[in-house]
Amino acid sequence: MKKTKWLISPVVLWLSLFLILPMAIVVVISFLGRDEFGNLVIQFSLDNYARFFDSLYLGIYWDTIALSVLTTLICVLISYPLAYYIANAGPTRQKIWLLFITVPFWINFLIRTYAWVLLLRSQGVVNSFLMDIGIIDEPLKMLYTKGAVLLGMVYTFIPYMVLPIYVSLEQMDRKLLEAASDLGASRWRAFWHITLPQTKSGMMTGSVLVFVSTAGMYVVTDILGGSKSTMLSNIIQTQFLGARDWPFGAALSVIFAITSLVLIYLFNMALRSRHERSKEGRA
Amino acid sequence: MPMIQLTNIEKHFAGQTVVHPLSLTIGEGEFLTLLGPSGCGKTTILRMIAGFEQPTVGEIFLDGKDVTELPANKRDLNLVFQHYALFPHMTVEQNIQFGLKMKKIDAAEQKERIAEAIRLTQLTPLAKRYPHQLSGGQQQRVAIARAIANKPRVLLLDEPLGALDLQLRKNLQAELKQLQRSLGITFVYVTHDQEEAMMMSDRIVIMNNGKIEQIGTPKEIYNRPQTLFAATFIGENNVFHEAERMFAIRPEKLKAVRDREQKAKRKGIIQDIVYLGNVHKLMVHLNDEQTTVSICLDFTDEDEWQIGQHIGVDWLDADEVNIGL
Repeated sequence: MKKTKWLISPVVLWLSLFLILPMAIVVVISFLGRDEFGNLVIQFSLDNYARFFDSLYLGIYWDTIALSVLTTLICVLISYPLAYYIANAGPTRQKIWLLFITVPFWINFLIRTYAWVLLLRSQGVVNSFLMDIGIIDEPLKMLYTKGAVLLGMVYTFIPYMVLPIYVSLEQMDRKLLEAASDLGASRWRAFWHITLPQTKSGMMTGSVLVFVSTAGMYVVTDILGGSKSTMLSNIIQTQFLGARDWPFGAALSVIFAITSLVLIYLFNMALRSRHERSKEGRA
Repeated sequence: MPMIQLTNIEKHFAGQTVVHPLSLTIGEGEFLTLLGPSGCGKTTILRMIAGFEQPTVGEIFLDGKDVTELPANKRDLNLVFQHYALFPHMTVEQNIQFGLKMKKIDAAEQKERIAEAIRLTQLTPLAKRYPHQLSGGQQQRVAIARAIANKPRVLLLDEPLGALDLQLRKNLQAELKQLQRSLGITFVYVTHDQEEAMMMSDRIVIMNNGKIEQIGTPKEIYNRPQTLFAATFIGENNVFHEAERMFAIRPEKLKAVRDREQKAKRKGIIQDIVYLGNVHKLMVHLNDEQTTVSICLDFTDEDEWQIGQHIGVDWLDADEVNIGL
């Protein structure tokens, strides 16, 4: 008993220092006030939370959830076939493909995002090309739209979805597909009844990663969305750095953290089958 | 009437021949076992019958129809996998239902067939469990129930008892044989366990290095092995070499005789005496041949044998089984 406690203490220490303590500070600050210069005033107030229910912030809140959900969905739809293709390729090809998936991480994220600006702006590569070949007469408005933000998010977070799905496909016992075929299932039905349920955990992991990351990402919105598309994370960033309103920023952070947790929980419940729950009950 | 016919089939993997040209006919309702050491090609033959592998050369007929080109999901037979390959996210019932659902059998009959398969395999109390909640032997039963619910013409079994401990194996062997009799369907069984093959099969196909060594009933194979491999792979055997021929004699057909009393065919020294309850065995080193033979003595043998004793080894000419190489 003593030994196990001792073993677990570094983890507890780590979590307390780097997760629980910062979260606690944010929660505390969210109930404080501030003076005209942005200094924290020690008092208890719910004003910061009350301010959130302004229609402006509520609108941004829903936009943020919608964009994060949409990004997650698109990522699943693109990543699943990609991961499936990679998992079923030969060993050498698998390595090359996984390398391609991870190469973007080697390049600075800001530079990659600015590259999209070069592609999407009015005089950018895409517009010039389309005009040169005569499909359009005047440049399409692509940059600084919600579409551009969505594109940037999907582009940024696709690897987070591909890798977990790939792993779950890799881990699946291929004999199950032979068994399905032996029992009369076509390839499509074997995929639907066996592969898909067997790789749900990979999709779940990927979805949580993509959803949380998208909801917290403000750089892509800043660079590709311009002033018109704002996400909750942009507001939070502004409150902390620009407006020097830490308590309000903290309140928004707390609200979104709770929202994320609730959404992830619901998502897990919806996707998890009775089988997985029975497994947990046993362990 | 043949249920399965393999005609001159051959299988190559990456330039290597894993199954040499062979033909085999399996009768309706027969329990046929493919027996051999690992890598002898027995599983490959089973997988070709199931439709997971294509023979490089030759044809496969199922109930008179050429199924060589037919994919696995269109063949009217089922395979019980070595490690069961149960669907982990489905209950016992759902696993059994899967094949029926794929064949679009109507709901009422599905229910009936599931109930029957569960009853035959004694899984009734476990119907709602998931595979990970079952023991190895129970999972094995589910695999069989899942296969027989489809009422296949042929059931293929790939070392279905390989992962189980000895006692459970013995019980399931008897159960499987019983099941095969009551269902009356053709069983093609793959194993490397010769005792298992002897106990269950109508006929045994002994395989080695991708070739058939011998086909026969357990009795034929035991009493009249045709090759050295067949003679030594099944049961204990003593192999004798003489100028132009080789022959085998089972330990129970050899007789130990006191050296000076009688004229025996061979002479030797007792190296060891092994008691096995109902029989005991003498291990005798032969003087002229650098081999040791084993002789079974039954419980009626009253002689006092001693290690180091010089004895004669004798047998009846009729018990010599000539074997080729």
